[in-house]
Amino acid sequence: MKKIKLILNFMKGSRSLYVFSIAAIGFATFIRFIWPMILRVTVDSIIGDNPLQVQGWFAPAFESIFLFLGGKSILAQSLWMCSLILILLTLSRGIFLFFKGKWSAVASESIVQNIRDRLYDHLQYLPFEYHVKAKTGDLIQRCTSDLETIRRFLAIQLVEVGRALFMLVFALSFMLPMNVKMTLISLSLVPLIFAFAVLFFIKVKIAFKESDESEGRLSTVLQENLTGVRVVRAFARQKFEIDKFDGKNIEYRDKTYHLIRLLAWYWSVSDFFSLMQIGAVVILGTYWAAKGIISLGTLMAFSSYVGMLLWPIRQMGRVLTDMGKAQVSVERIQEILDEPIEDLDEGSSLNKINGEIEFNNVSFQYEEGKPILKNVSFKAEKGQTIAILGPTGSGKTTLINLLPRLYDYQGGSITIDGKDIKSICKKSLRRNIGIVLQEPFLFSRTIKENIGLAKKKANDDDVFQAAQIASIHDVIIDFEQGYKTAVGERGVTLSGGQKQRVAIARTIINGNPILIFDDSLSAVDTETDAAIRKKLKMRREKVTTFIISHRLSTLAEADQILVLENGELVQKGTHLQLIEQEGLYKRIWAIQTSLEEELALEQEDIETGIDNNEKKKIV
Amino acid sequence: MDIFKEQEYNKRFDISLWKKLLQFCKPYKSRLVILGFFMIGLAGVDVIFPLMSKYAVDNFVIPGKTDGIVLFGLIYFLLIAVQAANIFFFIDIAGKIEMYLTYDIRKKGFQHLQELSFNYYDKTPVGWLMARMTSDSQRLGSFISWGIVDLVWGFSLMILISITMLILNWKLALVTLTVVPVLVVLSLYFQKKILKAYRKVRKTNSKITGSFNEGIAGAKTTKTLVREAENLREFQVNTSEMYRSSVKAAIFSSLYLPVVLTLGSIGTGLALWFGGEGVMMQAISYGTLVAFISYTVQFFEPLRELARVFAELQNSQASAERIFSMIDEKPQITDNSEVTQKYGDILRSKEENWPKINGNISFEEVTFGYKDGEKVLKNFNLDIKAGETIALVGETGSGKSTIVNLACRFYEPTKGKIKIDGEDYRSRSMLWLHSNLGYVLQTPHLFSGSIKENIAYGRLDATDKEIIVAAKLVNAHEFITKMEKGYDSEVGEGGAKLSTGQKQLISFARAILADPRIFILDEATSSVDTETEQLIQEAIHTVLENRTSFIIAHRLSTIRSADRILVIQKGKITEQGDHHELLKQKGYYYRLYTNQFMEEQEEMLLNA
Repeated sequence: MKKIKLILNFMKGSRSLYVFSIAAIGFATFIRFIWPMILRVTVDSIIGDNPLQVQGWFAPAFESIFLFLGGKSILAQSLWMCSLILILLTLSRGIFLFFKGKWSAVASESIVQNIRDRLYDHLQYLPFEYHVKAKTGDLIQRCTSDLETIRRFLAIQLVEVGRALFMLVFALSFMLPMNVKMTLISLSLVPLIFAFAVLFFIKVKIAFKESDESEGRLSTVLQENLTGVRVVRAFARQKFEIDKFDGKNIEYRDKTYHLIRLLAWYWSVSDFFSLMQIGAVVILGTYWAAKGIISLGTLMAFSSYVGMLLWPIRQMGRVLTDMGKAQVSVERIQEILDEPIEDLDEGSSLNKINGEIEFNNVSFQYEEGKPILKNVSFKAEKGQTIAILGPTGSGKTTLINLLPRLYDYQGGSITIDGKDIKSICKKSLRRNIGIVLQEPFLFSRTIKENIGLAKKKANDDDVFQAAQIASIHDVIIDFEQGYKTAVGERGVTLSGGQKQRVAIARTIINGNPILIFDDSLSAVDTETDAAIRKKLKMRREKVTTFIISHRLSTLAEADQILVLENGELVQKGTHLQLIEQEGLYKRIWAIQTSLEEELALEQEDIETGIDNNEKKKIV
Repeated sequence: MDIFKEQEYNKRFDISLWKKLLQFCKPYKSRLVILGFFMIGLAGVDVIFPLMSKYAVDNFVIPGKTDGIVLFGLIYFLLIAVQAANIFFFIDIAGKIEMYLTYDIRKKGFQHLQELSFNYYDKTPVGWLMARMTSDSQRLGSFISWGIVDLVWGFSLMILISITMLILNWKLALVTLTVVPVLVVLSLYFQKKILKAYRKVRKTNSKITGSFNEGIAGAKTTKTLVREAENLREFQVNTSEMYRSSVKAAIFSSLYLPVVLTLGSIGTGLALWFGGEGVMMQAISYGTLVAFISYTVQFFEPLRELARVFAELQNSQASAERIFSMIDEKPQITDNSEVTQKYGDILRSKEENWPKINGNISFEEVTFGYKDGEKVLKNFNLDIKAGETIALVGETGSGKSTIVNLACRFYEPTKGKIKIDGEDYRSRSMLWLHSNLGYVLQTPHLFSGSIKENIAYGRLDATDKEIIVAAKLVNAHEFITKMEKGYDSEVGEGGAKLSTGQKQLISFARAILADPRIFILDEATSSVDTETEQLIQEAIHTVLENRTSFIIAHRLSTIRSADRILVIQKGKITEQGDHHELLKQKGYYYRLYTNQFMEEQEEMLLNA
């Protein structure tokens, strides 16, 4: 019941279209049932000499039309009128069928578009943490193939079920009044055919699955071979690979052929029953007609009705088994939509940020009992550069992610210009804080579009300037298509350092008063790293900057260095202060000395007497 | 955003292409003929049923007699049985042809892919190849088998119906058949439109999948840029396009049915009008009228199928074109026939004729470029003694990888020679060289399967014991035995269940099991935890011992232990010598070393 509710919920706004669509198929089916009746009357009472005999609730209408058109005497002289009625009926049935097709397409496609947009939007607003943990492949599958299952259900299956029901109802109401015995004969095998269809499609599910799975294995072998072509060649394993692929290829061929063979059994058995059903009507009907119990027209009408009924009945087996899939898909999509999203607009918005930041006893944990940050306190003045140093897992990234509220801290407070950030809305906070992530993601569009992504109406100058500051401009104009070069899946592959620099350009283009670099210069060489930092400093506005780095040159130039260990701020100070204290920073400083000593040893063979102290000044 | 644009094929019927396809059908010639007969049989019985009705009307119903109705019933039953058998056999045979044809195309394609050179892989995305090998070959297989089903059945049914009608009453037949030409033209028109519309839908759909992919993978970045609303707006452009094209396609197909049904009913109407008058004038029997009405209704189905097949023809031709463009591609690097004759090819290697390899490698005046006109190396010379370890350092694009690629004969010099043990390597077989090669890639590539199978990739006939010895040599044994199923643990697709460091160690074990004379190591740049790093370093030293080796080196410890370090800049060796010698030169290597030293030490300190 809950699942049906979910589906109905998705259908909101398009329900009336569905009602129209199903009504249209009802009319179309009704007309289809009238058709044989016209034939029957024409054959029996216009061409033949039987008196007009129509049974059922529509009989009076039939009779008055018959009389209106002039009765047998006139109609027999102008048979074209009967033909015209047949054609007109088909035309109107066609019109209903057209509207059924159109309306169900409009309804199902707009529902699907709605779900698609909702899913996409929802995913965008799910919290940062959700995306850190998310399994991309699974999510994409839900957004695409599960949605497609629902679309098929809405566009085809739902209406098909309606058609089958109308068929049954009309069949009974048209056939029964004509002749009860013939009706019973006509429907005698229908339950069997239906049950056989349902049972078969339930049974054959396994064969479908096996075929799908072996196809999956086939493409895995293929994919691994193609991506690992170097390994294959280097080990000269072509023959081995060919045999391996052949094995999977055979398996898929045989599994699928087995499935097709099962389907061949199904269709031939099902067709056998169906033809038997028709045969029973034809032969028994002929017998009764010869005996004068039923008329020729009645026999013809029954033969048509039986033919009409069988196809939808057989389709039902498949439709019903497929409906189970739609239920599962709806649940899988609902699961995503049930995840709580973050509200970007809650809280006051910032106008102009100065850039004074204070952490006051800040604590944070993802899981109860596993604190990531413990009582971190420090203050950053406007325009200062704060370098953060610490071993892997010490909480550096978490610390800076708290500032744009990608996570919300649990203890203490963080203030910007004296205002607690929890009272500031996330949207305006994030617009003012530029953050370059550790592994930046570039969108598959041109470099120019990528850099201009965050700025509304970014013009060429803005983009070039940002690229120049990020020391990537010269690299870009060296590409064949310059700034129009596409990146990502279908474009060029950028190196790690180039990606980082594009990401930096993209972040600084807005001239935010606060900037955060999460180890985002690690793949850039030391000299370029220094050049970028220098160009950033030269900009007019004073920007409060946080840099996670372990490069001594970067750390030494900072106004303040924070050393984190196990979530605690163990040291803070300037380069000169920290080299005097025992601790991580001093140990890193010591590496420099050891390198110089080693190099000195190398040199001693040839040049003795060089002043080692002088070299120490090269940082 | 025209990144997603796909190639359009709009060519006319291409006979040479279909001739090539015929080659694939050859093994199934007799089956295809039998299939054709079944389809004709199917159509034949389809035509007989209305004749049975005619017989029943004219011989039982109208005269009011029931003599012989039992025999009639029996014959009817027999026809049903024949038809059911026909249906079973045609599906079975067509299914078999479909699957076997697809199998053959894939097999041929895969074999060819194993022979194509790296230059082809460089310019062809894996996704493109995957699509050719999966969906295109499937489409071709099913088009040939089920296309023949529909074609033969449709044509013979239409012809048989026409003939039967003409025999029954040629005047009435001519009158009712007047609608057929219009039906044919309209069906072709609509089916083409419908197909085109659905192709558009599929294209838009893959765009949407791409957007979802980006939306999810880039969600974190989107958050930091506060671009949620803009992203949705852009996404909605795609979904609106999807809505429009889907509805358009649905409207086309919903329009087709009414048009054809109405036209068909004109045929039925004509049959009723003229047939009915004939009956009243007693020129035509009731049974004939009944049969005519059935036939006019029956005519529509085969027509639709035929139109569909013709519409699909273009699509299938495009699939065939793409598959053949792959299969007909000539491998850039091949052994000449003399070499193949002596040493064998990838399917039948003549290992007994292979000479023993020592491992001396020399580049003599080698010039090379990946593209025409480009010169990555120019008159390059290098002499390596057997057993020497060479470390290559230099910036990305300097030519380090090219040297390795040429030494492995993944590419061949455009000018000059590369000799192994004094012989131009082109005079020996590629397989011989590669069988003596050990290769560890920067990003290790494993295959789905167990750890054991992955190590044994180095030597297929290795015993369990040898596999364990290899794993122990590279320090992989310990972590493997700690896993639940030990050596039988599955590594997952592409080795996804293992960490990068573990994959690295397994690829070392794999290489060492091959016991190669020449070893290539493209050292990983990404850092792993210090402990694994230590294990990998030890593994490298074990692997390199007594082998000629090239290392594209990033780690100082690896570089320092090399016999010779080559600094490559713009395709030239600018510095050369061992660690101590190069430091003294105070050039590129000196700068590299000092920078790298800091980075590595800091990293060690921070990752401890």
